[in-house]
This record gives sequence, C-alpha cells and structure tokens, in this order.
Amino acid sequence: MKIIAFAEQREGKLKKSAFEVVTAGNNIAQRLGANLVSVIVGHNLESSAPALGEYGARRILLADHQRLRQYSTTAYAKVITEIVQREQATILLLPASQMGKDLAPRIAAKLSAGMAADCIALRVDGGKIIATRPVYAGKALADVKVISPIQVYTLRPNVFTAVPVKGTTGVVEKISCDVADADFTTRVTGIKVIEGRPDVTEASIVVSGGRGMKGPENFSLIEKLADTLGAAVGASRAVVDAGWRPHDEQVGQTGKTVAPTLYIACGISGAIQHLAGMSSSKYIVAINKDKDAPIFQVADYGIVGDVFEILPALTEELRKAVGT
Amino acid sequence: MKIVACINHVPDTEAKIKIGTDGKTIDKTGVNFILNPYDEFAVEAALQLKEKMGGETIALTLGGDGHKEALRKTLAMGIDKAILLKDNSPRDSFSVAQALADELKKLSPDCIFFGKQSIDYYGEQMPGLVGELLGIPSVSAVVALNFEDKKITCEREIEGGREIVETSMPVAISAQKGLNEPRYPSLKGIMASKTKPIEEHQPANYPSVVDVVGLQKPSVKQAGKIVGAGADAVPELVRLLREEAKIL
Repeated sequence: MKIIAFAEQREGKLKKSAFEVVTAGNNIAQRLGANLVSVIVGHNLESSAPALGEYGARRILLADHQRLRQYSTTAYAKVITEIVQREQATILLLPASQMGKDLAPRIAAKLSAGMAADCIALRVDGGKIIATRPVYAGKALADVKVISPIQVYTLRPNVFTAVPVKGTTGVVEKISCDVADADFTTRVTGIKVIEGRPDVTEASIVVSGGRGMKGPENFSLIEKLADTLGAAVGASRAVVDAGWRPHDEQVGQTGKTVAPTLYIACGISGAIQHLAGMSSSKYIVAINKDKDAPIFQVADYGIVGDVFEILPALTEELRKAVGT
Repeated sequence: MKIVACINHVPDTEAKIKIGTDGKTIDKTGVNFILNPYDEFAVEAALQLKEKMGGETIALTLGGDGHKEALRKTLAMGIDKAILLKDNSPRDSFSVAQALADELKKLSPDCIFFGKQSIDYYGEQMPGLVGELLGIPSVSAVVALNFEDKKITCEREIEGGREIVETSMPVAISAQKGLNEPRYPSLKGIMASKTKPIEEHQPANYPSVVDVVGLQKPSVKQAGKIVGAGADAVPELVRLLREEAKIL
C-alpha cells in the first residue's frame, strides 16, 4: 500500500503545511503498514526536497519543470494524477490550503476518488481511515470514510503538528513530467503580494479585532500587539463589512478558517460565523467589555474590560516576556 | 451567451443543529433553510456577466422541493430560468457533481458560477469536480473577475496575497466574498419570479464514494478562565500563557 503526500511549495520554498501533511501521512503509513512518498511540483526544487525525508517521507519525487514554476490548476492536477497512477498509490493527502483546496477535487474527479475535505483528524480503525471534518459552521463534526479504491484527503493547515522522525532520510528522485500547452487552460500570470505581516491562515499567533475596536484608526493597537508577537492581524466580519479592514484579514464563515496556536480576540463578541473560523485554535484569549459575550464560552483565558486599556498593557507586558 | 449559477439550499448559519436519530444526519425539524450565502455572489456574477455580454442566465440545483425556495430567490434577483434536479436522497459531493455535470453537458454553458462553498458541508469541491468532469478549466475562491471576449482574468485569494489567473471560456468559477455586492430582489423581481419557470428533471443516481460514519456535536469546551478585569489582569494572563499554555 502506498500513500502520497503532496508537499506544497511557493517560489521553490516548501510551505509549513508540507511538513504537516508528511507527518500526518507518516502516522497513517505506520498504522497501515504503508509506504510514504512525498511529491513536490514546481521548478528548482532540489534544495528544499531532502528536508521532507526527516519527517518520514521514504521517497521524495520532484515533478520539476520550468513551466510548473507557477501554479496551474489544470497542469498540477494532471501531473499529480499521473504520479498517483504510476506509483499505484491509493491514498493522497494534500493541505487544505488555497492551492490544495483548488487542486484536490480536480484530481479526485480524474481518479473517480472520494474525497474528505478540510480534515482536522485522521485515525485508522479496522485498517480503514476515518477522517473527522467540521460541518455546519463547526456546530457538528462528521466522521467520514472514503470507500472508493483511491482516497483523497485535504488537511486543515496548522492542525496537524509537524514532527521530525529521528534518524530518517528520504531518497530524492527527479521524475520527468510531460506537460504541453493544452494542460495550461488555467495559468497564474502573477501574484499580488500583501507585504508585511504573515497571513492569518499560516501564522502561529493571530490577533483579531472586532466592532469593539470602535473605528479603523484604533487597529493600530491590534497591529502593535501583533508585531510584538510576530503575529498576523485578523478581523471580524463586522469590521470588514464596515470597510475598516481588508477582506483578506477576515476570519470566519465568509472569510478564512484559521487554527493558530494562539488566537487573541479583541472586542469580538463571538458570533457563530466568527467561531466557525477560529474555534479550532489551540489557545484562545478573549478581551471584551461584555462579560456575557459568547466569545468567553470558547476562550481559554478571558479578560473582561476595555480593550483600549488592556491592549497597550498587554503589548508592553508581552514585549518584556518575549524580549522584543 | 449561456450562464449557469449552481446554487444550494442550506440551514441558516444561526440554526441550532441537532443530530438526527440515525446519528449521521441533522434533525431538520424547525431548521430554517436559506439560499447558500456564497451562492448569492455566484448569482450576482451571473447577472453582471449577462448585463455585460448578453445572453441567458439559468440557476441549477439538486435537492428536494424545498430547494425551489432558493431557486425562486435567484429568479427574484433576476435569473431567467431555474432547473431543479429533483432528488431527496442523501448524496455525497461526487455524486452531486456527476448529476450536475450531466445536466450541464446538455446545457453547454459558456460560464458556470458556484459559491465558494456550501455552509452545510464545507467541501469547496464543486467547481473542481464539475470542471474536471466537463473537461473545462476551473478557478476557485475568485474575488475579482474581468471578461474580455473569450479571455478571462481572475484574482483568487491565496495565503499572503492574490493570485492572478488567466483562463478562457467555457469555465467553472467559484465566487468568494468580495467579488461583488449581491443585489436584493426588487419588488418587481419578486413578482416576476412567480411566473418564471422552474423545470424539474430526474438526475441519474451515482454510487457514493464517501460514507458518513457518524455525526457528533463537538465536545463542549470548558468555558475558560476569566483571568480578571481590566489592565490589572494582564500580568496574570501573560503568566498563564507562559507557564500553563507554554506558548511564549
């Protein structure tokens, strides 16, 4: 039995999710007695590839081609599908990143494979994988079993912790990939980078503000706290709709789903739409003047009070604690 | 030009979710169903494309009679006609995608819009599955769109930025919030929607490839500690983050 873990890269650098997907693959491989193979698609990948071996990938296949330097839904889907077929793999894992979510269904359709999307846990029961995924805005968890001969899973970033495996290395193999114009019916022609802080979906700490911040100018308090911690800035739907913050910072149902180690919610009441996007964070801190705000129900630690007093004090205290 | 918006009818976000007696589906008693919020962006995109390029707009869905309510709303927003693939039985995403693809093959649209995801199952699979089954390109989570003749330029949100994607028709596109501001149905639109046709077709059945083993409520997190009130509580919070949570 063979498992393929798709390791996402951008600009030749592996994403953090690549190591998470390989770790999850390694755990499943051990339980099923399967072999774990990792695949990277892109260009100029040699330098980053060996690191995946330290996380349990026995072989690391490089689908390296100049035309694959930038992402293309159709071309990447074709290349990965061919590798799954050639390797006779029956399990394919991808990150539930923007790339993985775009790519996985196309591969699943090519392989007539069932797919479990945005999984937060994988376990093996009687030789079969059971995947857990949040549904209905996180108000329920579905355990699903993929019953087609080939199975596809996407894994929510930041939920599966990457763990190196002692004393293991992988063999890096460059494979030929045959791509032609017809494979590029979608192609990325450029990327508009948002400079500055990390993205909310990738950061290990997110500091978010809501309507309790009272105005866009007060988000400087959120930004200062975020910068002290090297954190991302997030926002609730209310403040994005009000035009105080850009949509790419929105956490929640019509925004992004995040699972950082620490989520600090400032002046956010905790509407279900917001909770849907952040309740799988490992630790949640809530600061809100309303002691009955629903955010305190999901928070590990809460402070009741005025964000305008608490945020500067917290920034100062954390500056001392982390030494920046 | 023929433009299709694929839509869904889903429990309202605010709905209380109770697990049904089978332990695999939700108890729908008393649950309010709405047009999937993301699908409003898809419908708006379809209407705007028609306004720009001319043609016909069709709303397509698969489900029971209840889904007509969502279709009626799209008609009130300005969609020309609606098709219901009538099927009440539970299906997985792939089976829905195959049924939609069968119908779409007959319709042969130039552009198919989806909402980024349904807010019930959160799969985000439809544009990719349907695009692949039809052999046409797909672009997901689109926040900006520009059509020039047959060339299409999309922007999609990625981590830390936006990806600019070029593609061409026919194409399947899923709409993310930010793409447009969905219009409200006008009174005239609502009146007109009552006389617009909803065709009912019988979709083929496809075997499931994913089984739901069980559905549970997430374990209720113990409501956390209120560390204190006001700025005085800050040192204790930082101590807990460092010593108890061990994250600093």
